[in-house]
Amino acid sequence: MRRSYIHILLYLALIVGVDLLTHALGKSYYLTQLTMSFYYSMVVLGLVLLMGYAGQISLGHAGFFAIGGYSTAVLSTINLMPYKEKPIIRLLESMGFLLMREDLYGARILSFNPWIGVITAVVLAGVVAYLIGIPVLKLKGHYLAMATLGFGIIVYRVVLGTPVFGEADGISDVPGFQIFPGLSINGEMDTKRMNYYIASAIVLVLLYLLMNLINSRVGRALRAIHGSEDAAEAVGIDTAGYKLRVFVLSAVIAAFAGALLTHFNGGIGPGESSVMKSVRYVAIVAAGGMASLWGGLATSMVLNFLSLRGYFGSYDDAVFGAVLILIMLFAPEGIIKIGRRQ
Amino acid sequence: MAAILKVEGLSKSFGGVEAVKGVSFDVHEGSIKALIGPNGAGKTTLFNLLSGQIRPDSGSILFKGIPVQGLSPHRIASLGMARTFQQINLFHGMTVLENVMVGLHLHTKTGFFSGMLNLPVSRRDDRFAKEEAMRILEDLGISELAYREATSLAYGQQRTVELARALAQKPGLLLLDEPAAGLNIKETAELGSVIKRIRDSGITVFIVEHDMSLVMKISDEIMVLSYGQKIAEGTPLEIQKNEEVVKVYLGE
Repeated sequence: MRRSYIHILLYLALIVGVDLLTHALGKSYYLTQLTMSFYYSMVVLGLVLLMGYAGQISLGHAGFFAIGGYSTAVLSTINLMPYKEKPIIRLLESMGFLLMREDLYGARILSFNPWIGVITAVVLAGVVAYLIGIPVLKLKGHYLAMATLGFGIIVYRVVLGTPVFGEADGISDVPGFQIFPGLSINGEMDTKRMNYYIASAIVLVLLYLLMNLINSRVGRALRAIHGSEDAAEAVGIDTAGYKLRVFVLSAVIAAFAGALLTHFNGGIGPGESSVMKSVRYVAIVAAGGMASLWGGLATSMVLNFLSLRGYFGSYDDAVFGAVLILIMLFAPEGIIKIGRRQ
Repeated sequence: MAAILKVEGLSKSFGGVEAVKGVSFDVHEGSIKALIGPNGAGKTTLFNLLSGQIRPDSGSILFKGIPVQGLSPHRIASLGMARTFQQINLFHGMTVLENVMVGLHLHTKTGFFSGMLNLPVSRRDDRFAKEEAMRILEDLGISELAYREATSLAYGQQRTVELARALAQKPGLLLLDEPAAGLNIKETAELGSVIKRIRDSGITVFIVEHDMSLVMKISDEIMVLSYGQKIAEGTPLEIQKNEEVVKVYLGE
């Protein structure tokens, strides 16, 4: 445990250092891509738990990310003005579930409070993951990869073909998410730094929670399942139940990240749900060392940042495919071994 | 003596092969019972049926009076049945201590929520599991291996770790599947006294073993399986004198 506290201190120093450095170099626009990278990294951290510890592969996490993003995007941009006088809307408004704001053109619209959007995102993803996981995770082997691949394709096509989700354009004009007064996730220029720190803090809290989990009885049970499913069952571990819970947890984390990034970006497009995105997350987890939260985070931050800055040009997807192949060929343990099992 | 395990008419076929045919027997509480028979007699299949790894085609298994046929292995384990495997089945990537701590899974209760928040129950469980696992390792004389990776150990030591993990479950009934396989004479003798100590501590032992000297020395009762059928049952002395058993083992 002591070693992980040193990791946390290093993490904090790095966060502040990068902020000061970009500021000094006059490149504080880097913070935007770093903030986005933090949100993508949350998906990676959830996948590390699923892949590295429970030994299950999901090729549909972009789908959960999109469920999160689109849920909150739809709810926080839907216009309820025409129904303002309906009793149910008045009730919702009086309970603080709705929020009045002006859209880009100055028209007043009444939508759901982003809090409702984010909570719906997380709950919905959890329910969907549960329904997919129940039948699939009773089976031994890599059936989850196949089922989630199908799920990811379905989400992508649904998003692309449904007017409510904006089809190929996605949803824009998503308002910021005010966590509490003075602290909100949005894409405004003057809150760039605050958003960078909010995102890094959320990732840090997530890291802390997952590290605790891995070092607890639950983490030992998960590693046992990974080590030998038969023996894990024989000592009384409900292997199907544990795999299901980890899968749901990782899906919920992905949806949460998707919802937050959507509020930060002010919108979401169908590209977020593409199967290539899912493969990308898997490639990052593999490159980070599978069972390494720190390795996954570091790899994710670097690769996502470079990708978002456009360094890979039109080879963007190809780079992640190549990373996956190279890792499997030359370093199945991952390139970064620091903090393994932390 | 009461029967902790009561098996009745248990059968299992794989394709056209009847691996276990209508086998009935009791295992008495507080005893050591051995299951012997030529290779392919169905001994491991019988064990896998008892622990829930595979489901029987017919027949019943009463464990502590509860019907357990068809239950999943972890449910059967939670009723107090533990086992070791013929092919060593340790958790790779985990230390010896962690392997044994996992054996205490059913005696701790930290869940996802309390684990993530590192609540007092999680810290208490960790401390308890660590102390208890260490105690068991000391008891079996391998505490100096606690922080070694389990699957990197010598064969005999790995067998002992498996036994430690099963004992950590504090079972009422312990199934041992060829625990002496791969052990030398001295290790086998030590294993014999360990198994007797386990029985004396109140754990019923049901053992599959090929080493006849070990079986004859420690068993209270022996059951013989041949081609999936029970052909004899009795004390070691009775089994040694049983003509059919001699025929099965030596040929006609």
